[in-house]
Amino acid sequence: MASSQDRSQGRSGGIVSGGATEAVTFTGNRALQIEEPLIFEMGQPGRCGVDLPEPPKVKDRLNGLRRSGDIGLPGLSEPQVVQHYTRLSQKNYAIDMGVYPLGSCTMKHNPRLNEKVARLPGIGDLHPLQPVSTVQGALELIDRLAHWLKTLTGMPAVAMSPAAGAHGEMCGMMAIAAALEARGERAQRKVVLAPESAHGTNPATAAALGFTVKPIPANETGRVDLAALKAALGPDVAAIMLTNPNTCGLFESEIVEISTAVHAAGAYFYCDGANFNAIAGRVRPGDLGVDCMHINLHKTFSTPHGGGGPGAGPVVLSAALAPYAPYPWIVKDGETWRVAEDDAKVAGTPLGRLKAFHGQMGMFTRALAYMMSHGADGLKQASEDAVLSANYVMAALKDVMSPAFDGPCMHEALFDDSFLKDTGVSTLDFAKAMIDEGYHPMTMYFPLVVHGAMLIEPTESQAKEDLDLFLGALRSLAAKAKTGTAAEAFKAAPLYAPRRRLDETLAARKPILRWKPSNNPPETDPVKQAAE
Amino acid sequence: MRYLPLTDADRREMLGVIGARSVDELFRDVPESARLGAKIAGLPDHQGELEVERAFQAYAAKNLSPASVPFFIGAGAYRHHVPATVDYMIQRGEFLTSYTPYQPEITQGTLQYLFEFQTQITMLTGMDVANASMYDGSTGTSEAVLMANRVTRRHKALVSGGLHPQYRRIIETAAKWEGFVAVVGKPDVEGLEDLIAAVDKETSCVVVQNPSFFGHVRDFAKLAAACHAAGALLIVVVTEVVSLGLITPPGEMGADIVVCEGQSIGNGLGFGGPYVGLFATREKYMRQMPGRLVGETVDADGKRGFVLTLSTREQHIRREKATSNICTNAGLCALAFTVHLTLLGEAGFRRLAEINHAKASELADRVAAIPGVKLLNESFFNEFTVRLPKPAAPVVEALAARRILGGLPVSRLIPNDPSVENLLLLAATETATEYGMGPLVAALKEVL
Repeated sequence: MASSQDRSQGRSGGIVSGGATEAVTFTGNRALQIEEPLIFEMGQPGRCGVDLPEPPKVKDRLNGLRRSGDIGLPGLSEPQVVQHYTRLSQKNYAIDMGVYPLGSCTMKHNPRLNEKVARLPGIGDLHPLQPVSTVQGALELIDRLAHWLKTLTGMPAVAMSPAAGAHGEMCGMMAIAAALEARGERAQRKVVLAPESAHGTNPATAAALGFTVKPIPANETGRVDLAALKAALGPDVAAIMLTNPNTCGLFESEIVEISTAVHAAGAYFYCDGANFNAIAGRVRPGDLGVDCMHINLHKTFSTPHGGGGPGAGPVVLSAALAPYAPYPWIVKDGETWRVAEDDAKVAGTPLGRLKAFHGQMGMFTRALAYMMSHGADGLKQASEDAVLSANYVMAALKDVMSPAFDGPCMHEALFDDSFLKDTGVSTLDFAKAMIDEGYHPMTMYFPLVVHGAMLIEPTESQAKEDLDLFLGALRSLAAKAKTGTAAEAFKAAPLYAPRRRLDETLAARKPILRWKPSNNPPETDPVKQAAE
Repeated sequence: MRYLPLTDADRREMLGVIGARSVDELFRDVPESARLGAKIAGLPDHQGELEVERAFQAYAAKNLSPASVPFFIGAGAYRHHVPATVDYMIQRGEFLTSYTPYQPEITQGTLQYLFEFQTQITMLTGMDVANASMYDGSTGTSEAVLMANRVTRRHKALVSGGLHPQYRRIIETAAKWEGFVAVVGKPDVEGLEDLIAAVDKETSCVVVQNPSFFGHVRDFAKLAAACHAAGALLIVVVTEVVSLGLITPPGEMGADIVVCEGQSIGNGLGFGGPYVGLFATREKYMRQMPGRLVGETVDADGKRGFVLTLSTREQHIRREKATSNICTNAGLCALAFTVHLTLLGEAGFRRLAEINHAKASELADRVAAIPGVKLLNESFFNEFTVRLPKPAAPVVEALAARRILGGLPVSRLIPNDPSVENLLLLAATETATEYGMGPLVAALKEVL
């Protein structure tokens, strides 16, 4: 079996010799940090991790298209599979391990009850196209979640099917396009306004739908420049896409003036709900004049991020946009739940369909369990604790780091890199040094409007003692950076992670996106090689 | 509140450090008209685990679980046995509660399994490169069309009548709002559709499904050649990924983009989501792909490691010029897929496919032997279409009343089309048994 204890298999790269981190064990392992090959370097023909019966012999009905040749999949036994993925898991940082202060990402506790109820027989194993008479409970569950979302946002309708925030943006902006079309103004209103601090998905979504994105500048307080916005509004504007609280962690204090001006100009107000966690239970977007807003269930309502997904991005809609929701939706006829899922039969939406079946049911179940566990009282408390914790972070660090704006902030604290001026330490270096201290870094270099941005979102899930340890670590790092003699140490970080800094330029310049047999080095005896 | 660690004493102390008298002060930027004094009305207060779990058991009790009854529904979502190891692995907190691997030094676990996943997808599909997953097969198909439009700088997609009807609707929706033309074929019930003549110099892509929605297994090599001669791309969609254990992969037929629904491997039915979209293409189109890509590199010590790469395609870098607006994907479902496929390996995956084909063959023969029932498929993998002597929807309802989930009436997804009203789509996987097939056949004889 090939091993990856050695320096590289597919990639050849120079060894930094003499460094404190050079492997000193024979195996290349370091106690709990085990070097792990790819599955393709582990397999043996004749091994299998499942026991399946001998298939009955039948005449092929494959139209002569039986696959020839090997697929190339490796054969591993079940214990090997368990060990492999367990070892890989140990190379990850996770919410379950500690403070995960990624701004804008809302890395809050993921309760295990939610996992349990999502897997209940009769929920987790339903087929989406079973007769609706056999899934009445599932439809009721979706409708119940919809009720919570509408109530919390003060909005009359919700489209449940979008699979994630960006998908929700697509849904909301399509609804806006559909509403404009119904008004006969789609051809004329081609401009979407978005602040420079917007998430990248906002301009990407608007552009995909053929809108021209026009940036709106921020004022010196980090909020939309209302005068500039008013000047940009005109008969060519379809909508504004605005995150609130915004990506600087600030509430748009002139939000009502903004929505009034947008509506007066005949445009719609798309709110990016990525930061709903700051206000859920305390402020209803419907009271702010929002026309549609996606809700990242994997942020505010704690469905796990899972290393990048899956998520869910239901979109709440105002009365003006409700008629333009996509299929499907749940309706109640007397005592019976039904799904409106076919475009032809139901008079209704001109929008169409964005996703097969009924949306991310597994995420709906988890989110509803989270909401029911918190209740109206707990959700309000959670938002308050999230905002309190972020302001605490801001207050505890403001003398050693440099807040980008004057407080108070909402659920995340934004710093710029001016406190690192002339230290030779960059935001990236600072973040990588946090890794060695046992923390996942904050969001770096976003939002783009702040130089060397560091966006810290503690969420409501951290105990004060743990926040204090985290803040102590950041204060120590800031002090170390400011000695002016630590740049080299920062640039070397991280030293203690499963990998040191990775060569991203090499990865992009010569992409290797899959394992190939030719990438594999000759069989080597790891112990012997290390001994040499 | 069991999820909230701060005590009232903590809160007071923190407010002191901040220099605020109350939390309300921190919300002072919220316009007064929008500040809610009390908690939101119309929703219950917090509840314990026991109460919440009971509520969900009550929802579950109002549904008919496929595990407890004869079950033969497919149509883009398939019931397979998922080994216990899969669900155990994906519930490890290091995977479950980790974010997108933007800090590669401490997310090598996620990055390495995604690299393995990408490699597995290229092997299954016979393609050069694959991304780190899409939301699901249906949204991935629409993204494939948009990618083909970008590659060819054309704006007309030919969509097969053999494509899953909801996938077709999603393409039509994208066409309407994102500004391209989708020419959609009539439902290809018999599997005889020939799109070659329709391919012209304006065609950006042809979208076909194999096996088709109606179950037919087709060879698309000639269609691929016709596409390439006209400068168009061939997109092949596979909604039952287990079929790739037995059927010639789309890459060998000349496909340019392959999109699969990966739910069958590792992921339960889950009432339609979350699933996992597999997306693969030729190397030359790599930079036009949507979604995240994991690449191999080395770290500062020269050790092999993995990173997210070619990010200049993506929205967080490229903004309005991105190849797609996608950000979140289906990472954990991709892990379930890759763990299950690793357990199966070459031998297990192929055998699983053989068993599926054998079970479906048996079911097809038994159902076709019922008087008045006609099997429409010469070829199929684990799903086929039969024409009943009467409309299929009430038949399926009558079966459900007998606690049998006996397939999908095609009219549910293609309504108001008399030509499909009597069609029933039936699937049989390795989970099908005599205890299921026997009652289905007996009940069908009764209700027909």
